[in-house]
Parts: sequence; structure tokens; C-alpha cells
Amino acid sequence: MDRLSSPAGLEKVRESIVSKRDTDKPCITICSGTGCHAFGCEKVSEAFQKEIKRLGLEDRVDVKTTGCHGFCERGPLVVIRPKDIFYQRVSAGDVSEIISETVLKDNIIDRLLYTDPNTGEKVVHEHEVPFYARQKRSVFGNNGYIDPTVIEDYLAVGGYSALGKVLSGIKPEAVIEEVKKSGLRGRGGGGFPTGVKWESCRNAPSSDGVRYIICNADEGDPGAYMDRSLLEGNPHSILEGMLIGAYAIGSHEGYVYVRYEYPLAVKNIQLAIKQAEEYGLLGKNILGSGFDFSVRINRGGGAFICGESSALMASLEGKVGEPRAKYVHTVEKGLWDKPTTLNNVETWANIPLIINKGADWYTETGTANSKGTKIFSLVGKVNNTGLVEVPMGITLREIIYDIGGGIPDGKKFKAVQTGGPSGGVIPDSLINLPVDFDELTEAGSMMGSGGMIVMDEDNCMVDIAKYFIGFLEGESCGKCVPCREGLKRMREILDDISEGRGKEGDIELLERLSTVLKDGALCALGATAPNPVLSTIRFFRDEYEAHIKEKRCPAGVCKELITYQIIEEKCPGCGLCVKACPAEAITSGGKKKPVILDQEKCIKCGACYDVCKLGAVKVS
Amino acid sequence: MVRLTIDEREFQAEEGKTILEVASENGIYIPTLCYHEEVSPYGACRLCMVEVTRNGRTRLVASCLYPVAEGLVVRTESPEVSNIRRTVIELLLARCPDLEEIHDLAKQLGVDKTPFKLENKKCILCGLCVRACEQVVGVSAISLVNRGTDRQVASPFYESPDACIGCGSCAYICPVNAIKIDDIGDTRTITMPNPKMQPTEFKLKKCSKCGEYWAPEKQLEYIAKKAGLAPEAFDICPNCRD
Repeated sequence: MDRLSSPAGLEKVRESIVSKRDTDKPCITICSGTGCHAFGCEKVSEAFQKEIKRLGLEDRVDVKTTGCHGFCERGPLVVIRPKDIFYQRVSAGDVSEIISETVLKDNIIDRLLYTDPNTGEKVVHEHEVPFYARQKRSVFGNNGYIDPTVIEDYLAVGGYSALGKVLSGIKPEAVIEEVKKSGLRGRGGGGFPTGVKWESCRNAPSSDGVRYIICNADEGDPGAYMDRSLLEGNPHSILEGMLIGAYAIGSHEGYVYVRYEYPLAVKNIQLAIKQAEEYGLLGKNILGSGFDFSVRINRGGGAFICGESSALMASLEGKVGEPRAKYVHTVEKGLWDKPTTLNNVETWANIPLIINKGADWYTETGTANSKGTKIFSLVGKVNNTGLVEVPMGITLREIIYDIGGGIPDGKKFKAVQTGGPSGGVIPDSLINLPVDFDELTEAGSMMGSGGMIVMDEDNCMVDIAKYFIGFLEGESCGKCVPCREGLKRMREILDDISEGRGKEGDIELLERLSTVLKDGALCALGATAPNPVLSTIRFFRDEYEAHIKEKRCPAGVCKELITYQIIEEKCPGCGLCVKACPAEAITSGGKKKPVILDQEKCIKCGACYDVCKLGAVKVS
Repeated sequence: MVRLTIDEREFQAEEGKTILEVASENGIYIPTLCYHEEVSPYGACRLCMVEVTRNGRTRLVASCLYPVAEGLVVRTESPEVSNIRRTVIELLLARCPDLEEIHDLAKQLGVDKTPFKLENKKCILCGLCVRACEQVVGVSAISLVNRGTDRQVASPFYESPDACIGCGSCAYICPVNAIKIDDIGDTRTITMPNPKMQPTEFKLKKCSKCGEYWAPEKQLEYIAKKAGLAPEAFDICPNCRD
């Protein structure tokens, strides 16, 4: 491949790629995202490749391994395009039937279809599955259509056309203006207006003119994998966003800081850089415009704090990843003290869309101060676990019930934790809250990078606060006193409360420590760390009080405060719990007689409670 | 030069200086434990937090790091500031209940007890020793290792550090006297407050004139090398020199 020397040349290549592709030709796309991998999609992929080869169908049928489609709950996912036939929970054993029946004869295999639990109806097409139907997949949608290791796939769906457009004579200032007009705010947590950041960086003085661009791919929130899935599934869209940003800011060097724990993301972005360089989309004199830009990859060692911009930059410089006070902003003095623009993966992926379709199109979606869409990782006690991309302003109810399919096992929704470990919980009473940056902050939580953990009646809010504070205590860098010592003390107090040693004044002490962290911690990790505590106290104070005053855990979670008992009238002595008990605390009481639970031996793991379908185990 | 107000008094200050520098030059006291004028500011202890108003926005900042600016209004005391300082000292009192210097500062801040469980640590992790070793001495024999509550000052692998010249700058700069130096006979022993580290011994140099042991040999070799002096330049102690 000769390096492309003009935007027109790029369009020609694109036309030639598209013209060679038969849009009617069946294409089997196999989701190869994180969730589907766990379900064994690799074997499914191999089986398809083998079977197609065995039948000699290579010319008639395409097989494509793609990035994450989002509906992780039902993986491995297979979509047969262009008819969009959607199969879920596919195993290697289903492959030959899918080819012989669906691909070759257009027959639908009923058992592989998704059943809408609300209507009991089978759904044939991907876009009709309720999980997808309510989403707006502007950024994430292409994941299901392209093989991330094939640059031609990205070009075929219009890839790098925004770059071509920008390099066809749009001035850098006009690019910044367009991004400002779009109202795009940083998707990594801060929610700072992206265009304003770019402008400050462009205008910041630099003695030798050097400015840096960074893509923050150090996604570390428990349960969050939006950025991972974008990097794995559509790496070129991020490179294109970075290229446009670099052109607008006047930068010639960029970095992708990505977690070492994301090997596939590293591999795919590495390959994407190589391909883009070969095409002349990266490197010197890009598309003949005279603009130079190169990208390097740095792998993070796995410290959560390195997702904080100043700590990330310290780590990039080879120093210990610790934050510094940002009284002088990183857009003025960032990496190696040069003006630096750092944006999150998802933010960069939004840029090509804004340039291609325009700020006016972009602002049609969203609320007054939060434009566009946001990808959330919807996890926890929800039927449809997965990645969802929704318009800003959608309500929590729509996400959890319409897209997420509600709470499993008929349990009652209790709260949803948004914004990662340093976000807050939002209770049932606020389920109609529109999701945008300001509304979530107002409710005591935050957008964060888009984690969304659903909790039901079986979750104890003190336990939840304890979990997140424990996580943050472990991830605090330890530099400043409020964060290092304060989080430890908060965790100790929460331990006491959950283990029956809570005392009068503990809630107030937690609140005072929270204020000191908020006001006094050195960086955003410490300043937002009290959110899980403050929000659970705000909305579930009665649960804290039950633990402290009555030594009772209303949700039946805190081990020291609960006992498991067998309701003898309900127990037929089936023995399921006897087998499930890891402590041999339950013994048979004789044939058709209730089992016997020895409280001395019971470790309160709840295995008997989970396994009993007759409700014969109670927690009190 | 910029004009700013600290506690309702107006000052002119050089651009690039921090609030803490300008305040202390003008006799305004702001408590701190991790600041020293000989090393770069760090912002870890949070005792020097003050309230600043700039362009109509009021917030709490660490005065050791915040650069002065035209029209800046600083208040070194406020209920929020006091809440941070008092809680920080309570946290340090619980971490290091035996340190006299922390008790003194607590008393000054009106704190006489801590609501938290007591530990028995000696080091407050202000990082002054580490910064002095790197920035003043230039040997980086010790550093801050591990993360969060496991953070500690240590030498590589907790072994007696080869790079250490025994100068004792770390002990001199420590605000709570947690690092001990003992000069007995021809030996200097430096004991770090890290229980994983053994005391490190240094041979002291004998003055060829008066016979007193006066400085670690390793330190003198280091200085001679750095200053381009002959090794015998330090054969005589400062007291015996003309």
C-alpha cells in the first residue's frame, strides 16, 4: 500500500474498497468482546471458520470476528448480516446448523433467538431486541460491523473521512469552534467541555511549540469496560479523534496510556497505528497536508490513581504515578511541562462524529448542558448486563427497566451506583432522574466514566459503602493525609458498624471525615472518595441507624448481625442445602424431615439460602 | 509583581511565589508539616490549606503550592480551614500517638484527643527526608514505596542503601525527629523509623590533627568527588583548620 497523499486519494481508496464488497453477501459476525470471550466465543469463531472452509463457502459467505456488541448477558452473540438475524448463547455445536439452515436456506433457528421476558415473544432481528431498540449507538454501533484488525473495514463505514474533511482546508481554530459548539464534555469523569480544553491548550505558550495529546485508556472502575470495548472493537475511531484533536491543537506527538490488563486493546491499537502509518494516515505529511502526527502506546501498571490526569502524566514520564495539585492546569503545563490535552477514549471516539455530521446534528441529542450519547456499563442486579449507549437525558428507569430488562428473580430495585467507586448511590425514589452530568452531581453521585451498578433489596447499603471505601483505600496513592489516613479511618468505622460495634456519633464522624476529604484532599480521587458514604447516609440513614442502634442488618448481608434459620414447616428435607453447605453445618434430620442447622458451625455464607427454592431458609 | 490580600492586609509579591512563601515572609503563620524552603513543595500534609477568592470564586487550596496572583484574596483561617487542620492533626495523632511534635501542634490547634484507634507509627510520611536526599544531597538513597496505607519511607529492598553517604540530612529535616543519628566512637548509626530496615553504620573520619571523629568517610568522599577536591582535602576537621 502506497501512502495516501491527499484527502481525495483517501476517498478513492474508500470507493474501491466499498465497490468490491457485495452488500447482499451473508456475513456472519461473531462478537469477540470481553463478555463473549468469557462465554467461549473463540471456539465459536473457530468453528465457523472451519465449517465455511469445509463446505467451500469462502467466496459466498464472510465470517467476521468483531469487537463487543454490548449485550454481554446473552453471549456468545452471532449476528448474520445483512439480514441482522440475531442469535444468542451460541456454542460451537450450533455452528453447522446455523450455516446450513440460516445462512444457506434463510431458516430461523428458534432456540437460538432471544426471548423477550416481558412478552414471551421470540425476537429475530438485532435491532428489534429491546436491549438494542432503546439505545442510540452513535459511537459504539460500528463495533458490530467491523473487524478491528482490518483497517479497510473502518474505511468502508466512512472511517477517516472526518480527518480527510479537516485536512481539506478547515482551519484548526474552526475545528475547535465546532467541538465547542457541539457541547461535548469529557467522558472520563470530569465532564469538562472538550472544545474549551483544546482551545486553552492551543493558546497556552510553549517555548519550542511542543504540545502533547494523550488518550486516557486507564479505565479502572470496578465493573466498567466501555473504553476497553471501544479500543478493542474500534481502535481506528480513537486514532481518528486524536488526529483531529492534534491538528486542532497543533500537536505532533500523542500517547495512548492503556492498562496492561487490557492485552487485546493494546494489541488492536498497536495494529491500528501500524496500519494507519502504512496508509499515510499517521506519520509525516498526513494525506499530503504537511501535518505530522505520531502516536505511541504506554502501558500502565494497573494503579487506579494513574487514571487521574496528573498521575497519568507522571507515570508517562517514568515517575511514580502520583497526582500533583493542578493549580497550574495540564493544558498549560502537562506532560514534561508542555501544554497537554488529555481526553478519555470515549471522548476521542466522539470527535469524528462531530466533524462528519456537524455540531448542530450532535446537539440534537441530549440535555441543555450534556450533549450527545454516553456509554454505560450496566452491571449488577439487572437482567441484561452489558454495555449500553444512550442519549443524555434518558431516565435511570429507561436504562434499568427498558434496556436492562429490570431486576432478576422478581426482586425489588433498591438503588443504582453511578460513576464508579467514587460515585454515589441513587435510590428508587429518584429512578426517574434524567441521566446527565449535572443531574447526577445534583443527586450526590456523578457521571464518572459510566459505571452503573444496579442493586436490589438484598444489598446492604453499609456493606456497599464499605466495599467502595475499601477499594479506594487500597487505590489511594497515600500522598496526602486526608485520603491516606482518612479513608482508612472511614473503612474502620464502617467495619465497626457492619460488625455490630457501631456507636452513637459514628455517622457524624463519617460525615466530618467526608467533608475533610472533599475540601482537603490533594486530587479528585480523594475529593470524590466520600461520595459512596455520603450518598448512602443521605438516602439510607435508617439502615445505618439499624446497624448502630439495633445491631441489625435490614438487608441480611452483614454476617456478624445475622443468623440463618431453617423454617421447619417449609423444609421437606431434600438435602440440597446439606450438599451446598461448605462448613458441614447442616445435617439431615431423617427422611422427609427438616434439616438441622448448627449455629456454632455456620459461617453465614448464605449458600443454603441461595440454593433453597422453597424459601425454607430465613435470614434474621 | 502582583498585589494580593492576606487576612485583610495588602501585599505586593513576586509572581511565581506561593501564598505560604509570601505569608511567612510577612510574619503570617500558617501551620505545615511537609514544607521546607530547601526542597520543592509537596502538598501532602494539608495543614497549610487556606481559603482563596479569585475571579469571584472561593475555594480551599494548599498554600504551599498555590501561586500568588493579582487580586487574590486569601484567608488563612475559616471554619472549613479549621475543620481540615483539626481533622488532619487528629488523624496524625492516631497514627503516631508518641510524637511530641504532633502533640504540640495539636495543642496549638486546640485538639487534645483523637476519635480514632491508636497505632504506633513514628513516621508521618511528609516526604521531607526523601526530597532532601534527592534534591539537596543528590543521592536518592531512600524513597517513598508502596501505595496508600502501605506507604513508607524505605531504601531499595529495605537493605542498607549503598547510595547513602551517612550525611544525616534526612534526620535534620525530619519535622518529628523520627530518624535517629548516633555518633559513638568511630561509628555513626542511622536508624530509620521503618521496622523492616536495620540501622545502617558508617565509619567516621578521624581528624589527623585533633584526633576527633568528625564526619562519615563516605560523605567526605562524596563531597570531594562532587567538588573536584583531592581525597586528602578533608584530613583535618573544620575546627583544626586555620
